[in-house]
Amino acid sequence: MANTHGSFQIKSEVVNRAKPIAAGVAILGWVGAIIAYFSNHDQFFSSYLFSYFYWISLSLGATFFVMIQRQTQAEWSVVVRRLAETVMTHFWVLAPLFIPILFGLHSLYEWTHTEVVAKDELLKGKSGYLNVTFFVIRAVIFLAIWCFLSWKLYSYSVKQDTNGDPKETKRAAWLSAPGIPLLIISASFAAIDWLMSLQPHWYSTMWGVYIFAGGGVTFMALLILICSWLRSNGILDEVITVEHYHDMGKLMFAFNVFWAYVSFSQYFLIWYANLPEETGFFIDRQVGSWLGVSLLLAIGHFIAPFIILLARGAKRHRLILPVMAGWMLFIHAVDHFWIVMPIRNPNGVAWGQLWMNIATWAALGGTCAFFFLIRLSKHSLIPVQDPFLEESMEFENA
Amino acid sequence: MAENKIYGAIAAFKSDTEILEAARKVRLAGYSKFDCHTPFPVHHLDQAMGMKRSKLPYFIICCTIAGFTLGLLLQWWTGAVDYKLVIGGKPLFALEFATPILFECSILLTAFGAVFGMLGLFNGLPTFYHPIFNAEISKRITNDRFLVSIEAKDPQFDATKTTEFLQSLHGAEEVQLVEA
Repeated sequence: MANTHGSFQIKSEVVNRAKPIAAGVAILGWVGAIIAYFSNHDQFFSSYLFSYFYWISLSLGATFFVMIQRQTQAEWSVVVRRLAETVMTHFWVLAPLFIPILFGLHSLYEWTHTEVVAKDELLKGKSGYLNVTFFVIRAVIFLAIWCFLSWKLYSYSVKQDTNGDPKETKRAAWLSAPGIPLLIISASFAAIDWLMSLQPHWYSTMWGVYIFAGGGVTFMALLILICSWLRSNGILDEVITVEHYHDMGKLMFAFNVFWAYVSFSQYFLIWYANLPEETGFFIDRQVGSWLGVSLLLAIGHFIAPFIILLARGAKRHRLILPVMAGWMLFIHAVDHFWIVMPIRNPNGVAWGQLWMNIATWAALGGTCAFFFLIRLSKHSLIPVQDPFLEESMEFENA
Repeated sequence: MAENKIYGAIAAFKSDTEILEAARKVRLAGYSKFDCHTPFPVHHLDQAMGMKRSKLPYFIICCTIAGFTLGLLLQWWTGAVDYKLVIGGKPLFALEFATPILFECSILLTAFGAVFGMLGLFNGLPTFYHPIFNAEISKRITNDRFLVSIEAKDPQFDATKTTEFLQSLHGAEEVQLVEA
């Protein structure tokens, strides 16, 4: 068995080639973000929130994926689990990057304006929950939960590389059992706090699961892209086989159907009940060019990927699957753009300010990618001492 | 036996590794109408036999599209053409309220297509009689024997040559011709 330590390390020339690109994107992004802040800081904060939640949602998806694999003691996913665990650790850089949002609370959230709340019966009623102090406390709790879970799960896995102790697998499974509900509840509340309260009069009970499903599908897309990137550099190309791609493709497909199911249910119930306090969200998103974005989401996030990825051959294809994964990463950005930006630009997409979204997205994404590359080169690319490693390498779809 | 029609030739094996090797050799020898009978599902036997993937999914997707189309026509025709009735101030036809029923109709015909397609069109179940049970050894394929059968319909089939060929396979025992 090719279990010798170090044979599954990433090649240093691959990391050294990718690092300057990630750093360059991050630096350009941050420069753009700073210019954006000084040119129009209201617009900047909306763009920043959009980018922030985009990258947070990917790591939420990663943590969920790792915990599900741990809890079910899945064998097939062992060879890709370390990559997922590394994406999970993005929380450690993203947590401090929440601070800029705190400076933009007044600009982002209507409920922070005391004079507006005083005149508004509904907001007055919600002020026990929606107030700045409690908001900050909650944010700290959410980020602490996510950092803790990712740190524990990551260190169990990395520790096992050196000590080979099968008990680490048990410990990870043990943590995942309470970890899954903890993650999903905290992620739902974060989605309510950070995104739903942008329109404080509006509410939807589907919101948490809708955001969570989007994170799930996009993380699977990211994982497929990372594996494809390694494969194109000749790394792990015989370890992560077409069978693993097929399964990752299936999960991406399934999460996407789940996303569509949840988002349609949300829309359908609001459409049917037709209550003024609920319909506002969708009416805002049918104004001007937002209608086009809404339709793009329905077609590009569900109908087209559903038809393209339905066939078994597409999920096993060397090109179709990564291309669709890249598309899912893009369309997820459109989804979050569509959630956040109509509040700032109610008349339609602000094309002139679109670069701010791209800059903040690149700033946070480049930072995450740079951090990812550093983490990835510090340990083996697969959990070399995992008790299920051999089963995973021999895995085949029936 | 000579006056009766021959169904084919069979050979029994004692283990799954032997039948995998036997299936591979039978395929490589150029036989196409042959089958393997095992007490439990043997991994990779389909590859060893050179079986192609089932055509069933293509049949199922046609059923799905049919279900979707019928569901659409049903709702549009009854609601917006044949018996116009405004309910709850909603439009006579809208994709919003049609979607759950479209989904259900598609799923219904998909499930029918999968189950009845599998049974009726593709996997040959239920089969109440199979000629290989004319041989005494075949009764053990639910217990501890693995069988290869080559049908007489195979263009390469020849009573003596095929029997000799089966005899030459590693681990083959009880090689015999069975009546139809």
